Amino acid sequence: MQLAKDIFSDKVEKVAPRDGYGKGLVAAGRKNENVVVLCCDLTESTRSQWFKEAFPDRFIEVGVAEQNMAGMAVGMALSGKIPFCSSYAVFNPGRNWDQIRVSVCYTNANVKIAGAHAGISVGPDGATHQALEDIAITRVLPNMTVVVPCDSIEAEKATVALAVHDGPAYIRFGREKLPVITTKKTPFELGRAEVFREGKGVTIVACGAMVYEALIAAQEVDGEVINCHTIKPLDVEAMVASAKKTGRVVTAEEHQVNGGLGGAVAEALTDAGVAVPIKRVGMQDSFGESGDPEELLKKYKMKAENIVEAVRNFSVGRGILDLVGKMPKITIPKGKTVDDLIHEATGEIAVRRNVGKNIPGMKPGR
Amino acid sequence: MNIRELQDKANLIREDIIKMLVAAGSGHSAGPLGMADIFTALYFGGVLEYRADEPWWRERDRLVLSAGHIVPVLYPVLAHAGFFPIEEIYTLRKINSRLQGHPHAKSVPGIENTSGPLGQGTSVAVGMALALKMDFKAGRLPRLPRVICVDSDGEMQEGQTWESFMFAAKNHLDNLTYVIDRNHIQIDGYTEEIMPLEPLVEKLESFGLQVFEVDGHNMQAILDAFNHDASVHRKPVAIVANTTPGKGVKYMENKYEWHGKPPSEPGEAVEALTDIHALRTLGGKIVSEHE
Repeated sequence: MQLAKDIFSDKVEKVAPRDGYGKGLVAAGRKNENVVVLCCDLTESTRSQWFKEAFPDRFIEVGVAEQNMAGMAVGMALSGKIPFCSSYAVFNPGRNWDQIRVSVCYTNANVKIAGAHAGISVGPDGATHQALEDIAITRVLPNMTVVVPCDSIEAEKATVALAVHDGPAYIRFGREKLPVITTKKTPFELGRAEVFREGKGVTIVACGAMVYEALIAAQEVDGEVINCHTIKPLDVEAMVASAKKTGRVVTAEEHQVNGGLGGAVAEALTDAGVAVPIKRVGMQDSFGESGDPEELLKKYKMKAENIVEAVRNFSVGRGILDLVGKMPKITIPKGKTVDDLIHEATGEIAVRRNVGKNIPGMKPGR
Repeated sequence: MNIRELQDKANLIREDIIKMLVAAGSGHSAGPLGMADIFTALYFGGVLEYRADEPWWRERDRLVLSAGHIVPVLYPVLAHAGFFPIEEIYTLRKINSRLQGHPHAKSVPGIENTSGPLGQGTSVAVGMALALKMDFKAGRLPRLPRVICVDSDGEMQEGQTWESFMFAAKNHLDNLTYVIDRNHIQIDGYTEEIMPLEPLVEKLESFGLQVFEVDGHNMQAILDAFNHDASVHRKPVAIVANTTPGKGVKYMENKYEWHGKPPSEPGEAVEALTDIHALRTLGGKIVSEHE
């Protein structure tokens, strides 16, 4: 995969992904005069300012009214415009989810929602401003596309691509500067996950800022890193192929593990009948707090070291059962348990908590 | 159509409303009956420019129904205007129907927006009015289409509604007209008991709207309000239409209990249709308030 050079050196270039969004808006605006940008009193910090300067007649200041912004965008889309709605992710899609559900998605209107300052790394503002549920609440909506770019260049490509894509979409990015790991030549296609690093030890599926952390972690655990920038529609084929190859999966996101990327990958692999152990790195069902971004990412375990730790903590070895059409018949010999069989097959000892009591032939973990 | 013909058309629509609600077995009665005169004026009184055989004609005026629950008045009006066959109204709220219980944009020709959760259409209408104005100014549209957004009075309790008013006033969207169905009822009771709206006209004016108050059952007054040239004010317009909920069916009129349910017993349906039929057959003899 064609990535930037020396991304692990101290001198790696760092740019905020919102800069990519701002550049992408201007590029999309140049290509199509129907592109318009709406913003709720956050023009500079969402980088909508750059579009405003380039196309003042196509920039719309809505004031602090995110619900009105989403509804207006629908009216504009139904009149032939391609509106991008910019605000912080906690407000957009947080504050205006009902409008996004009914007016945007049910109508299948060509509206783009941009959630800036997402994740815990927004830092000192505290939990009210740390969007950690936005992927979940957008991913669940029919007709919606959900994109989480890994750096500024990818954010720019994604923004331009979404202006061409006909239908509702959500793009999310954080405030902090991130190492630029892709180049203009790195392939980008909506709905297509890219293997950024090949490996055999474990599949690490990551999005956004966690892609860089995944690349660092992968070096220690022979990880295969998948940049899953499009969370919906998910590139199931890429997930299944890598999961079958490595036999275990770690997901990494700056978001609640419930309902986010981790949830999406777990659902997809389950539906595909690929039984592999999965660990999800991200917010573990809690709110954040004020603090320095780096301190918070460490405290809430969303760093490379936490991905490594997750890999080392796999307790049941590699899952290698492809259940679709190939369910092997397992007969448990008398006097043995499922745990014994796993131990014989993998050399590892299964640790199961609170399970097994009701399953014949299985005894609670050690 | 002259005034008398419009009045008769409105009562025909009322009959259809009762019939379709009875067939559906659920749905809202009072609001649709109360708004039949206004919708008739919009589609048959020459207010809206539309082409039923080319429903998504770019230059058309847009009717945004924000109070989605009164869609039982819009479906028969659209059918009579030629957007789809009239028989289809009996599929309302049934499975595999194009006529959803609350409007779904483009599910049938003539339905411009999706609504139900109150307040949402008010913003959609603002976005349309703005986009159409942008295109008209840039020479991409030969005429400036109007956007008419129909709201209920209970809807004024939603904050989003006022967000949209602020934007429309700031941006001088004089191609936008809100119609507020002031029938004083909502599901739980009378608006002034549930959450008072008065002084409504003054509130709307203070938000920068040009407000007209009309008798929502006086056809001439309705037409006059719609035909007022709003561009002289450079303001969006709000028409506060004083209506009688359940208009035409005696036992429903002004009763909030009929906000959200259809006639259910055969006797109720027959009585409702008899009331409206009496209005229609006497149509030639009744002199309207205006005349």
